[in-house]
Amino acid sequence: MSSRRSRISEEEITELISKLQSLLPETRSRGASRASAAKVLKETCNYIKSLHREVDDLSDRLSELMATMDVDSAQAEIVRSLFRS
Amino acid sequence: MESKSYTTGSRDNANRNLEGSKTLMASHFLRALFRIQQTSTTRSSFAGRRRRIRRAAYASMAYSAGTRRAWSRALLRKLRSRARLRFPRRLSRAARPQRGDTDQAQVLRKLVPGGPGMDYCKLLEETADYIRCLTTQVRLMQTVMDSISS
Repeated sequence: MSSRRSRISEEEITELISKLQSLLPETRSRGASRASAAKVLKETCNYIKSLHREVDDLSDRLSELMATMDVDSAQAEIVRSLFRS
Repeated sequence: MESKSYTTGSRDNANRNLEGSKTLMASHFLRALFRIQQTSTTRSSFAGRRRRIRRAAYASMAYSAGTRRAWSRALLRKLRSRARLRFPRRLSRAARPQRGDTDQAQVLRKLVPGGPGMDYCKLLEETADYIRCLTTQVRLMQTVMDSISS
């Protein structure tokens, strides 16, 4: 029962690691060949940390900008730009 | 339709899901921003507004994935309990070491919402989805920023 499950999981895990690698920014630009699971996990952790930092940073900057803007025109502008993008 | 479609089929589905959730994410985040703008006064602090915006970012991510994902369910629970959103999380109870875990896997568990409760396989799945959602949210915030500052 549990041994059968772990046989299936080996392939699954390789597949999942591969999928994670394809999401990493370095991989996307360099088209790297398959890296070790350990490396992929490490890069993944770093990537997530940098994304969290970006959310923090963008929250800072949005907060600053919102202090200065006029609500109505900004609202309209944002909605328009989102439909354009 | 040729056989081409079946190999890209699952990717198409994922993309379609992403498109739908992008719209959900954007509308939720925007509404939150408008609310924050309207209820912010000159007296309210920069830090307070910044906290609310950050919280709105994670909320719109969580609502766009809804209850479909373990990470979004965990994030929704956290948001509703009004607990502090801190990454990496400080695990209050000693996390049971899971099978096949490396140090890196332990680090990853602290970064992905709901991580401690997942086995290794699930952790890898959920991480991929979490990353996709995070990058979408970051792009959304950048778009909003660009349009406001122009």
